[in-house]
Amino acid sequence: MKKINSFKEAVANVKDGQTVMVGGFGIPGTPIALIDALIEQGTRHLTVIKNEANIPKMGLSKLIEAGRVDRLITSHLGLNPSVLAMMNDKKIEVEFNPQGILAERIRCGGAGLLGFVTDIGIDTVLSKNKEIVSVEGQKGMLLPALRADVALIHAAVGDSLGNLIYAKSARNFNPVMATAADIVIAEVETLAASGSLEPDRIHTPSAFVDCVAEIETLSDEYGILEDYIFG
Amino acid sequence: MDKKDKIARRAEQEITPGQVVNLGIGIPTMIMKYLNHAKRVQIHSENGILGMRSHCSRQHADRNLIDAGGGYIDLDEGASFFDSSLSFSLIRGGRLDIAFLGALEISACGDLANWMIPGKYTPGIGGGMELAQKARRLVITTLHTDRKGNAKIIESCTLPLTAKACVDRVITDLAVIDVVNEQLQLVEMAHETTVDEIIAKTDAPIIVPEEPLPRF
Repeated sequence: MKKINSFKEAVANVKDGQTVMVGGFGIPGTPIALIDALIEQGTRHLTVIKNEANIPKMGLSKLIEAGRVDRLITSHLGLNPSVLAMMNDKKIEVEFNPQGILAERIRCGGAGLLGFVTDIGIDTVLSKNKEIVSVEGQKGMLLPALRADVALIHAAVGDSLGNLIYAKSARNFNPVMATAADIVIAEVETLAASGSLEPDRIHTPSAFVDCVAEIETLSDEYGILEDYIFG
Repeated sequence: MDKKDKIARRAEQEITPGQVVNLGIGIPTMIMKYLNHAKRVQIHSENGILGMRSHCSRQHADRNLIDAGGGYIDLDEGASFFDSSLSFSLIRGGRLDIAFLGALEISACGDLANWMIPGKYTPGIGGGMELAQKARRLVITTLHTDRKGNAKIIESCTLPLTAKACVDRVITDLAVIDVVNEQLQLVEMAHETTVDEIIAKTDAPIIVPEEPLPRF
């Protein structure tokens, strides 16, 4: 099956009011070209699930600053004062999760599970309004799995079947998110010929991926950022 | 030497050869500068790296390789990459030997508050709760008092907790303090301080041994 799409065709899958997972931890692994195409399309009232919101004027932050996101399910916004200010001004609703709990809720969603039990955050403000259960004498919170209508993924290499390979720390949330949405769209830096990828090297198998869009030229945003830390 | 550098240098001594280590944001990250690489430890980063070595120069920066704090890094021999879910399996599953975190407040029984000041500082949780709760050993590196001179080590925390009874040791610019059986115990003192100063700047009971303490 041919899954290759233009960026415009790919993001046409995202409708107003939907929930969208966005890969990446910082700029590595953030599907910037798909985000740009989504901004261009004008889709609104989105709920977005992403580890963080990048830094002001970059990546996901651009979609949020454009007022397209009503709700953000995330882990940490410490590097994004713009989105924090929008949160404080009630221009966006933010739900914070511990980072590993966010990842595990997504993993469960992808694995077809309803939720899981954890003791992370027990006896803190996070256990308020949560269902407390006992498992073999240990107290835990029952947390629901997370799924999305669409997942936007960034991979280093993909093929026309939808097999994906990630690079270094750009892997992060991408493989779990690629399992946890009804429609999974991957932007790839290199589109490989079908059958040319070594089966042992594939991180996300083709069955999880619906659309592949090839990035023609990586924009500067994908490059080395002066705002990050150097030794 | 800067106070924070002094804390980082002393904290490095907590790391034993071969350990799997996580360094939080702030003073913990500075420990990398003082790390004796002959210990051959493996530094874990929440974004899916085991075996990061240090922050690298702009010249050597790789656009696909940052740590969880947003720093470009280089790798040690034997490094590996994995996804965010597996990264936290490593932490929650008990494979992280030691974690270093900063603090807003630490209580006498080892509770930690370091992620929010309601109405003032609400950046989110990040990986701090999992690290505080599940690292085999948790060392807090922090200045002894806040910017206004208020004690950070207090009878009980007033801010939302990161985790209860999780702290094993606190290293400040003045002292090394252990949490033993829900009590604070002074174990080392900085060269320029006195027992009286440490007691005055700590708002919780602290056990001071009678014998002279090692200095750092």
